[in-house]
Amino acid sequence: MELAAVILVDGLIYAGWLFIVSVGLTLVFGVLNILNIAHGSLYAIGAYAGASLVGVYFAWGGDAFPYGSYLALILAAVLVAVVVGPILERGLLRHFYGRDEVLNVLVTYAVFLMLEDVMKLVWGVNPYFVYEPYTLLGDVELGPLFYVGYDFAVIGMAIVVGLAVWLSINRTRMGKVVLAVIHDPDMSRAMGVNVPRIYMGAFVAGVFLAALGGAMTAPMISVTPGLGVNVIIIAFAVVIIGGLGSIEGAAIGALMVGLARAASVHLVPEAELFIIYLVMAAVLLWRPEGLFAKAQARKI
Amino acid sequence: MTPALLIGGAVAATALLLAGAVLLPDWAMFLTTMALAKGLVSLGIVGMMRGGLVSFGQGLYYCIGAYVAAMISNGLGVSDIVLVTVLAVAVTGAVGAMFGPLLATYRGIFFAMLSLALSMVLYGTLAKIPAIGGTDGLNVASPTFLGWAPEGRALQTGLYLYVAAVVVIVGTVMRLHFDSERGLITLAVRENELRVEYLGASTRNAMAWNYVFAAMLGGFGGATAALALGHVDPEFAFWTTSGEFVFVAILAGWLSVPAVFVSSIILELVRSFSNLYFPNTWQIFLGGFLLAVIFLLPDGLGSLARNTLRRLRRGTKA
Repeated sequence: MELAAVILVDGLIYAGWLFIVSVGLTLVFGVLNILNIAHGSLYAIGAYAGASLVGVYFAWGGDAFPYGSYLALILAAVLVAVVVGPILERGLLRHFYGRDEVLNVLVTYAVFLMLEDVMKLVWGVNPYFVYEPYTLLGDVELGPLFYVGYDFAVIGMAIVVGLAVWLSINRTRMGKVVLAVIHDPDMSRAMGVNVPRIYMGAFVAGVFLAALGGAMTAPMISVTPGLGVNVIIIAFAVVIIGGLGSIEGAAIGALMVGLARAASVHLVPEAELFIIYLVMAAVLLWRPEGLFAKAQARKI
Repeated sequence: MTPALLIGGAVAATALLLAGAVLLPDWAMFLTTMALAKGLVSLGIVGMMRGGLVSFGQGLYYCIGAYVAAMISNGLGVSDIVLVTVLAVAVTGAVGAMFGPLLATYRGIFFAMLSLALSMVLYGTLAKIPAIGGTDGLNVASPTFLGWAPEGRALQTGLYLYVAAVVVIVGTVMRLHFDSERGLITLAVRENELRVEYLGASTRNAMAWNYVFAAMLGGFGGATAALALGHVDPEFAFWTTSGEFVFVAILAGWLSVPAVFVSSIILELVRSFSNLYFPNTWQIFLGGFLLAVIFLLPDGLGSLARNTLRRLRRGTKA
């Protein structure tokens, strides 16, 4: 019984993290129809930017109010989104709207390769450590076990992010416009919607979410080159399980993968590295386009 | 493609590769051996790409081939290169035949991601099994050639010639396959799958066969790479390895078989030289190169040859 509780808590913590790193990927795919491999690099850039900004914050006397380091993490994600997002979208991706999905995967793969080295040029190859935000929230005692408070903050953040994305798409005027663009970009343009701006906005939002995932992770790990390589594949698995472009799907996918991995860590540790892909393969066998994928008409 | 052109191409390729055995310095011969072995893996991807499918998990077969080679040469003491590679191809062909019919019903990114998932499952499994080296991998003994056990330059040359011979044979067979009925159905699937089905052809069957061929080529490439390197590790199945095979396939395009091997050699050259001179920026070149190909040569290097041929024909008519 206790083991089940441990698996549940571990699974939820991991699921929260997974949701934050993958929801941007599904958002960008939903609007732009681009499966962005560079999402992993943007996550890594977010982690580096977060680590750097928190470092700067404490160097400038942040010790007086250490909680400000959380703001520094979020600010880092905003900065990455505002700087990198428009460059990538305006400079490159807009040339590939409406093209083959697989071609777009390759384009973003090229971006991924380039960003990996850009990060080495900017931040060097030595690891960055910022542990302060991680220890700041103290420990949480759950029955006989202690958890780091920050882990629960990640779950909280995932819920806030999920609600914010869902509400802004489903309950705001801007969200309705975005849905219209997803449904039919040409008709939206005819109705006076500035479609390129919607695309750019969605992409910048996706970059922000990727960078936020990275920035939130930075205090938990040592930030080193190659950080994005693993994350992107895990995020792919999550959004494919849920159905590409579906926010609810990403949440369900994150929960399934999170719980499956936690269960595997405690029950079958040998399977830890690939349980995610097993879950994904199983879901695709049962629902070939993911759990929440919309049915599409076939073109003859 | 006319028979004369096909035979001419095969003879020219043979002559070129034979010349390489004499002229290439040691480092270049090793590099070319690896490039040709990996080119075979990419050729399998090109075969699927003709039908619109891009596998982001060909490292699965590359890795299985490599581990089969390692295990039979270490465990069974079989070092004959023909036997080792034939066994590796048999195993990967069987695994491919198991997954092929299933994966043949998926399209686009779902195919790409599912194949990627399979390769990552293998990566995760191998990394966690200490009996076969875990993340460190295994060493592989040098191969022998029908009883002949060379060393040094002779071993390099033997490996090179073996791979070169397979490249010429497989390249010719693949060209014939591309121009066969099944190969042309594959091409039609890319244009419009449903129409092909309505015309009475089985797209699933064509795709499954392409998948099995690609698996066998992947197994051969992996086994040869393992023998040439003398070492295998789970990275063979990691998705970035598969990404490089896709890179070569895209660079080559779907039109030409020789273009695949040319592209593979280009990638290996770019990699070795930039690793040497710009160790921290070579992926920028690689990414930029890929983007340039996608922008400027959407049908790959193979289209250069096609366009030149067309221009020549137009020239003779005028």
